Amino acid sequence: MATHQSTYEPKSGFEKWLDERLPIMRMMHGQFIDYPTPRNLNYLWTFGGILTAVLALQILTGVVLAMHYIPSVNEAFDSVERIRRDVNYGWLIRNMHAVGASMFFLAVYVHIFRGLYYGSYKAPREVLWIIGVLIYLVMMATAFLGYTLPWGQMSFWGATVITNFFSAIPLVGQSIVEWLWGGYAVSGVTLNRFFSLHYLLPFVLAGLVVLHIWALHVSGQNNPTGIEPQTKADTVPMSPYAVAKDAVGMAVFAILFAWFVFFVPDYLGHADNYNEANPLVTPPHIVPEWYFLPFYAILRAIPSKLGGVIAMFGAIIILVFIPWLDTSRVRSTKYRPLYRWFFWLFVFTCLALGYLGSKPAEGVYVTWARVFTFYYFAHFLIVMPIIGIIETPKPMPRSISEAVLGKKGNSGARVSPAGAAAAAEKR
Amino acid sequence: MSSHAEEPTRRDFLTIAGSAFAAVGGAMALWPFIAQMNPDASTQALASVEVDLTPVKPGQAITVMWRGKPVFIRNRTPEEIKTAAETPLSELPDPQPDRDRVKKGHENWLVLIGVCTHLGCIPKGQSLNDVKGDYGGWFCPCHGSHYDTSGRIRKGPAPRNLEVPTYEFVSDTKIRIG
Amino acid sequence: MFKIHKSLGAMVAAGLLAVTAQAASAAEAIKIERQSWPFSGFFGTFDKAQLQRGFQVYQEVCSSCHELRRISYRNLAQPGGPEFPEDAVKALAASAQVEDGPDDTGAMFKRPGLLSDPLPKIYANEKEARSIHNGAYPPDLSLMARARNTENVAPWYIHPFLMLRDILVGYQEGGADYIYAILTGYKEPPEGFELMEGMHYNAAFPGHQIAMANPFAAGDGQVQYQDGTPSTVENYARDVAAFLYWTSDPKVEERKRIGWVVILYLIVTSVLLYIAKKRIWSRVEH
Repeated sequence: MATHQSTYEPKSGFEKWLDERLPIMRMMHGQFIDYPTPRNLNYLWTFGGILTAVLALQILTGVVLAMHYIPSVNEAFDSVERIRRDVNYGWLIRNMHAVGASMFFLAVYVHIFRGLYYGSYKAPREVLWIIGVLIYLVMMATAFLGYTLPWGQMSFWGATVITNFFSAIPLVGQSIVEWLWGGYAVSGVTLNRFFSLHYLLPFVLAGLVVLHIWALHVSGQNNPTGIEPQTKADTVPMSPYAVAKDAVGMAVFAILFAWFVFFVPDYLGHADNYNEANPLVTPPHIVPEWYFLPFYAILRAIPSKLGGVIAMFGAIIILVFIPWLDTSRVRSTKYRPLYRWFFWLFVFTCLALGYLGSKPAEGVYVTWARVFTFYYFAHFLIVMPIIGIIETPKPMPRSISEAVLGKKGNSGARVSPAGAAAAAEKR
Repeated sequence: MSSHAEEPTRRDFLTIAGSAFAAVGGAMALWPFIAQMNPDASTQALASVEVDLTPVKPGQAITVMWRGKPVFIRNRTPEEIKTAAETPLSELPDPQPDRDRVKKGHENWLVLIGVCTHLGCIPKGQSLNDVKGDYGGWFCPCHGSHYDTSGRIRKGPAPRNLEVPTYEFVSDTKIRIG
Repeated sequence: MFKIHKSLGAMVAAGLLAVTAQAASAAEAIKIERQSWPFSGFFGTFDKAQLQRGFQVYQEVCSSCHELRRISYRNLAQPGGPEFPEDAVKALAASAQVEDGPDDTGAMFKRPGLLSDPLPKIYANEKEARSIHNGAYPPDLSLMARARNTENVAPWYIHPFLMLRDILVGYQEGGADYIYAILTGYKEPPEGFELMEGMHYNAAFPGHQIAMANPFAAGDGQVQYQDGTPSTVENYARDVAAFLYWTSDPKVEERKRIGWVVILYLIVTSVLLYIAKKRIWSRVEH
């Protein structure tokens, strides 16, 4: 993959002229037109393209909203209302941006779980995976900062609660929080800097996405079998094959997106955020946006302030280490009969933590949150290393083309993973 | 991989139809992003203002804001009206008789958008002590355009006369601009 | 015309009190009945006559204590709302005295309202409102139908299905349901219920103690409808809830209209792209 050479041939005089000076067309052609993609990619692999499109749309709608939004305590809430009511199509652009944040997270979760299921984090894709975790972290920061801007009750109190995480740090915690706030509480000063950072981070995100795609194109895409492509028969050119599939994925995803924008725009938000921020009254029930709920549940499951914050951040940071925590020699969970159960248990754990995060932190909810928090960490720290060693994987096809064509009955020989690796080495 | 003869045309047609459909939708989706920069509903609602003319004595002028721009309202003296009316059209770079620039029966009231037609500066000439230019009307300090007592361009780089906004007399002493 | 100024004296409750009452009851979920609204669902549009009646109820009853700051007179005439005739709205606006200025002497002055003016303010600020109402703050109603919602009360395993149902049917009317429930929720307190002084029992309000007195205390006939709709408290509550739903989201009709076109277009595009993808992939075995 890494050695793939572009088959670009400049056609016109201008293209030739440009190619000698800045071979950008050659690079684009090599990376996005005749770039070889595994022929067995399923629709879960279209989410990379979907995410890139959603990021572009968020930047576009965000730039437009910034033309009308005023980052000041007295004007922020009113300016959002003016966007909803008076600006031409302001309601549409604002709904797209707010729903877009949720859709971004929905797509990224599908993308992450796809990576976990098919072992896309395993060598040689560790750096690709770690850049992915960084992207996820920056997304979370951006989403949090953006949620503060409408200056509703949830904006204000969400900002207060989340910035207070840092006060858990011993000795310097309070100083850090005041530094973040630019005052002794969340105020107009905080709002101004959050607006500035919320405008900045998406471009950092775009830069990280470029690195992510770069790393992807060095190692090549993983695929549902988890076996590296070995011959030309295992791949198809990105255009038109993968592009056509990506286009279908994007169009179908757009239907879901549009459904929320036009028919249930406020479903994913919280009613309390239509009350203007009031520093004297805390809403009876503070919850973050849905995409943060599992982490919120982990935070509240731990009975100590510092412990809760460490557990919450740890739940994200631990993702960085899974390329080394997973001891299995097989990538794809498709061939891992035992691990498969634990994978789905982990998915359920995340959903359960999400539900518990939306409930008040009392009684049975806390107990269950602790149980699932335990499993969340146990999955990575205990299950992944142990299962990888004790599990006997299912027989695997020798190559992608055999997996694809083998179904049709023209191949009988199936070998163990060790055999597949040996076969690969012989080539 | 086999029947190459007929397939490509159909395939190409479908591919083209699909991408064309997607492209048209994408282009249409751009419209809201363009339209959002137009004046919004609250700005449009302020598109007309009413002005009471009673306090403006002959020879005086007031400036009111309308759609974010200054509007010059001048109560002209009989001499000023006379000069304006008697200027031969041949002397004007942008010929227009004075009677077309005022309302009949209210010839003393001259209502103009106070933006120089050259590059958008605000001409001097509203207050009593201002330089009024060589023709007793307005003088744009940016690039030296001279306007006469009818707001017509007489000298300098400006191509057109000062624009007269749409307005009407609601009563003898009140106008509505816009 | 009945004005509830008379009952203002009865509204005795510190704002703090209201807050504690609300917080104490956070755990207890009150089931709010969902109403069927003409503007719910995908094809729902406003019943203009209902919005006009709702505005009448707001004007004659609610507006003595509650502001509607985000609504300007021009909104009352714009498409997708009550769509009052423009002349009538102009006359209504002109009947209000609006502060403007400063004039050439630097003084503020009063002038008749214009279409571009917002509906009249009642209070200079929240503190003034609280001092008038013995500590309680009658909130601005512009966004009330967005700022309140109903909650699904069900065991955890039912929740995903309820969420899916709400998304599929496009349920967004929780705020209107809530307003209707509050306005029709004034009842005699049950036996043994301890009602704080100056508070009123309301079946739908969290904690059941609300500072606002029953706005329709005079019962049926308190507001005289002109269009033949029965002048009942039930109708007042329903119409004003519908009106406030519009004020909270004046673009509902436009949103749904464009929404259908977009969804249909995307479905056709998806199908076309899928067929194209099938043809392209038919070149290789997969």
